[in-house]
Amino acid sequence: MLLLEQILNGLQLGVMLFLLAAGLTLVLGIMNLVNLAHGSLYMVGAFIAASAAQWTDSFLLGLLIALPATALVGIAVEAIALRHLYDRDHLDQVLATFGLILFFNEAVAMIWGPRALFLDPPSWLSGAVEILPGAPYPAFRLAILILGLGVAGFLYWLVARTRLGMLIRAGASNREMVGALGVDIKRLYTLVFGLGAMLAALAGVMAGPIYAVETGMGEPVLILAFVVIVIGGIGSIRGALVGAVLVGTADTLGRAFLPGLFGAMMGPAAASGVGAALASMAIYILMAAVLVWRPRGLFPAHG
Amino acid sequence: MNLRRALLFGGLAFALLLPLLAGALGLDYAVGIATRILILALAGIGLNLILGYGGMISFGHAAFFGLGGYVVAILSRHEMRGEPFMTWPFEVAGTDQAILAWPAAMLACALAALVIGAISLRTSGLYFIMITLAFAQMLFFFFVSLETYGGDDGLSLLSRSAAGPLDLHDPAQFYYLVLVLVLIALLATARWANARFGLALQGIRDNERRMRALGFATTRTKLTAFVISGAIVGLAGALMVNHTEFVSPAFLSWQRSGEILVIVVLGGMGTVFGPLAGAVVFFMLEEVLSQWTQHWMVIFGPLLVLAVLFAKQGLWGLVAAKLDRRG
Repeated sequence: MLLLEQILNGLQLGVMLFLLAAGLTLVLGIMNLVNLAHGSLYMVGAFIAASAAQWTDSFLLGLLIALPATALVGIAVEAIALRHLYDRDHLDQVLATFGLILFFNEAVAMIWGPRALFLDPPSWLSGAVEILPGAPYPAFRLAILILGLGVAGFLYWLVARTRLGMLIRAGASNREMVGALGVDIKRLYTLVFGLGAMLAALAGVMAGPIYAVETGMGEPVLILAFVVIVIGGIGSIRGALVGAVLVGTADTLGRAFLPGLFGAMMGPAAASGVGAALASMAIYILMAAVLVWRPRGLFPAHG
Repeated sequence: MNLRRALLFGGLAFALLLPLLAGALGLDYAVGIATRILILALAGIGLNLILGYGGMISFGHAAFFGLGGYVVAILSRHEMRGEPFMTWPFEVAGTDQAILAWPAAMLACALAALVIGAISLRTSGLYFIMITLAFAQMLFFFFVSLETYGGDDGLSLLSRSAAGPLDLHDPAQFYYLVLVLVLIALLATARWANARFGLALQGIRDNERRMRALGFATTRTKLTAFVISGAIVGLAGALMVNHTEFVSPAFLSWQRSGEILVIVVLGGMGTVFGPLAGAVVFFMLEEVLSQWTQHWMVIFGPLLVLAVLFAKQGLWGLVAAKLDRRG
């Protein structure tokens, strides 16, 4: 039962990471832009949702306000700063978006104050559901899981089956050619960026009730999302999904079981420390292993 | 005597006289700030080696900074408690001697850099940035969960390293020692940038395929540079733990990696004095802006974006270009 619960927790972390990683990998694959500030959009989304939910007294309204608002913030950032970075090298992009992170973290602290906010899940999702007889699971986490899978399905449909998706895929493999064929690349970029920002905000809102809404909440998750896309292969939605599920479950199961496992093998005192250390390092070891085996990720997009 | 030389000698004279000046003006805290700037400049010099001359964008060099610091703090703690650091396969006692602990820190960082570099250099471009970041995070979480040595709370250094006749608790003496180490590092950079190894590295940065075709062992050259770079940054970490008398996982945080990166790029990649200029400017900006508002990051962040967009060659690069034009 515990195992099932932990697997579900892992999947839930996985879908959340996927929402972030999907935006990140699209922006990376199509615009060739490393956007460290993607985690800031996740944070901004969570903060707007928390404020709006407090204000309207409704989680759903908070969510509905936060999504377009964050998309607007993302589009503004793209227009003001990121647009000038597309044809720069990765180092410039890393530095400039590092600057944006500093800006966003501080700006959020200025607007909302240094203390963490709380975002309560809606009352109709606050209970627990019996997934198996005798195995209750928080309804909100289950809702995240289902919603996340739904969004993953939608994204897959969008990218693989629609005209817009076709343009996105074409843009990822050869943007000059797509531009030459008469597609408004600038608008496509803005659209993709807004979409990515919205997905980041969605992840932020979903994380809100589970973790605290605070400044700097975006970066740890962002680094995980980068691990996800590096494992999955840059530019690949499918890779992002597989990577996210791998990282989510490896991290959660590692944290849940490795300390106990080492404790059983080596005696509790020294070993639970080793187990805990290994558990928090597990995903990075996973990433290093994948890169040694396949230096371009599991599903390298064809460039 | 040209302008460039005048600038260098002026800077050196200022650096040498700084403790005296500070004492005369009653600004004793300035020596501590200057020490801190020099230590971060040393970290920048280490990163510059691979970033500026080798074109390898490491977003995880704080790992070596923190590791170097931890080695010194851990060895010192074992010395204080009179327990050996390890007993198997051979006994290693703790030490508070700079002459032992600092090279140990550099050695540990060199070994870590060898492993991290060997794996990371299989990749390139964006993957390299991310995998170095991932390794730094890995070590970060390792030290967070290392309860024996303070875990999340960090580890205090009860006493600065003993360095023969020098008393490192005296700010001026510590400052001069750091200054000498920075000068050695600068001199070494200037020397080997024009030596065979440095030239090969710069060739690889500009066109790796061509260098390979010319018969250079490119991966080995890059790995060697990565290891040296890690060791230098480790020394900077060892100095920093002596400066703050405290080390915590924050030494290894990704923000710290970003900071070192900013120092190098802001100052001018691939120039000898760039990291020094970058560290000075970084701290001056922090000092000035934070006196103005506690939310100084809100200004510094956009400034950084602007610097990247409009001043790509860095500060020293701008200065050097100007000087060169004047002859």
